[in-house]
Amino acid sequence: MLERIEEKLMILADAAKYDVSCSSSGSKRKNTGGIGDASASGICHTYTEDGRCVSLLKILLTNHCIYDCAFCVSRKSNDVKRAAFTVEEVVDLTMNFYRRNYIEGLFLSSGIFKNADFTMERLLRIVKKLRLEERYNGYIHLKTIPGASEELIQEAGLYVDRMSINLEMPTEAGLKLVAPEKDHDSVRKPLQFVNTKIQTFQNEKKLIKHTPTFVPAGQSTQMVIGATPENDWEIMSVADEFYKKYQLKRVYYSGYIPINNDNTALPQIGSRPPLIRENRLYQTDWLLRFYNFSLNEILNPAFTQLDLDIDPKLSWALRNLHLFPIDINTADYQTIIRVPGIGRQSAVKIITARKYGKLREYQLKKMGIAYNRAKHFITCADTLAPLGFKYAPQIKSTILQMGSSKYKAEIAENQLKLF
Amino acid sequence: MNYVFDGSYHGFLCCVFECFEMKEWHAVPVAEGFFQPDIFLPERTIFTDVDKAKRIQDALINQFGKATADDFYKAFLSEDTEAWNAAFYIMVLLFKGNHSILEHFGDLKVLYFHQTLKKVSRERHRMKAFIRFSKSNDGLYYAIIEPDFNVLPLILSFFRNRYTDMPWVIYDVKRNYGFHYNLKGLSEIVIDKQEQTAFQNTQLTIALDERDELFKRLWKQYFKSTNIEARRNMKLHLQHVPKRYWKYLVEKQ
Ligand code: SF4
Repeated sequence: MLERIEEKLMILADAAKYDVSCSSSGSKRKNTGGIGDASASGICHTYTEDGRCVSLLKILLTNHCIYDCAFCVSRKSNDVKRAAFTVEEVVDLTMNFYRRNYIEGLFLSSGIFKNADFTMERLLRIVKKLRLEERYNGYIHLKTIPGASEELIQEAGLYVDRMSINLEMPTEAGLKLVAPEKDHDSVRKPLQFVNTKIQTFQNEKKLIKHTPTFVPAGQSTQMVIGATPENDWEIMSVADEFYKKYQLKRVYYSGYIPINNDNTALPQIGSRPPLIRENRLYQTDWLLRFYNFSLNEILNPAFTQLDLDIDPKLSWALRNLHLFPIDINTADYQTIIRVPGIGRQSAVKIITARKYGKLREYQLKKMGIAYNRAKHFITCADTLAPLGFKYAPQIKSTILQMGSSKYKAEIAENQLKLF
Repeated sequence: MNYVFDGSYHGFLCCVFECFEMKEWHAVPVAEGFFQPDIFLPERTIFTDVDKAKRIQDALINQFGKATADDFYKAFLSEDTEAWNAAFYIMVLLFKGNHSILEHFGDLKVLYFHQTLKKVSRERHRMKAFIRFSKSNDGLYYAIIEPDFNVLPLILSFFRNRYTDMPWVIYDVKRNYGFHYNLKGLSEIVIDKQEQTAFQNTQLTIALDERDELFKRLWKQYFKSTNIEARRNMKLHLQHVPKRYWKYLVEKQ
């Protein structure tokens, strides 16, 4: 019995780990006399040896699947051990891990056994048992089963914090290459449905206080990148559209990790996952959501692939040198956050601090900005007159030369913050 | 002038009180334990008087808001004398009417104060994340901690909100005090050295719940299976889970 549950956990956690979402924030669920609380911002309880945050117990209900998507370990034709948890086992694991403070909650996904509704109905039983019988208020992220009926999806929405459904490949054409049975429409439809429901519930809440919560932490999706030939501009265009159309909370980009050599259209075992590219996509995503950049400033038909050696903000600045240097003592917030090496927090600090006197170089250096990068784009109170016009390649190589290891460390750190 | 106080936050606030009473603007508070007499500086012992401390605390809250008052307490919990000096310096200036001093990021002491707050809050966050409860056979969940800063007071409400339906203890062995939650309220506890060793060598003295080992094993198993070998990055891993925390992390044992 003990060995069996250990083995199931091994198989079903292993199969679920390719879903990169680990967020446990953004919900509003309060503890009302039971156990748990999902109202705080997310907490990473530990980190895997690959450096990713572990915040949720991320498992599949089962890795049996009637489909055969080429990029997926659980696909029908793959020769792997199969397992399935019972409803009780998932509940027991979640509660006991939660009480020991190992996790913030549950991320439950599943291969499709029998059919979509049969699977979805089991997932629903688990979340209901947790909420209603165990009085559990921790975080629950449920992956919707494509093709499940709207009634089941809607009911599940009353008990979970976040829902997601993965696009898998960034474009329809890419998806068809690796999963002929799937299409983007089966993702769009449920996203649209849940989004509409979220809006309805929010409007009702304005009128009636005791409206139940419905997917309070919103929806997310994931794209596998590097498996199919889309360029960065295509990928980010899809993300941008999905953010706008379905008001997603997050889009995740997951660098493809080869799992076998059966399908020759896919990268073969041994090829490194495109980690830097993945990181550049997250940085771009970040710039769109929090730095007020529009997509075409960063990527467009004339510039379709992100630089791998520098981050997208620096890349944008180098292509727009005519906008610089800016005067740190007079520029507004929106302008300051566009300076490479200056983040949102530092920008706020600069604006507050300069009320008390003009800022000089040494003060900026102490404020936690990446001064060696920023200095090419700003002037402060004691900046000497520029020595002459600088060209983008010159600036780029200066930045890359000055302690490139530090630059890399920052990239790595940045990557984790984004997950 | 050195003010020698007893090392408590109340004592610290009394130093501020004394400073204004005596108009000794350049006084420096030093805690008893840390104190090394300096032949060039006179010293005075400041006795802790709860009423005086309360007057300073109330003044902080009324004039500058609860958040600011809390920040001074948090900076104090860093147990860093340089941060204490900065906090003292800022408090004195605030009460003297320089209400914007906290925004003077160009002032190195102010900057240090803010940096300390950041460090304390990072440690607080880590304790919320890295605490691991074990369950004893009488149903008590308990956790041992050894934080860099004295952050236990800052995480109690978090755990109280989260674990309302089970009794728990969180104990700081570095500072030798802890809190016990008994489903109704929280109380501070201090256990003697002998019991403490017992607490740490759990297998020996505290009888564990029969399924506790099972869940520890399952958690370790989960930790292993969720790792993606192709993305292995130990440098990043260590940056996020520094070695000094491993001792109490089930998955790292
Ligand atoms: S339907 Fe989902 S679980 Fe099944 S093979 Fe495709 S991606 Fe994998």
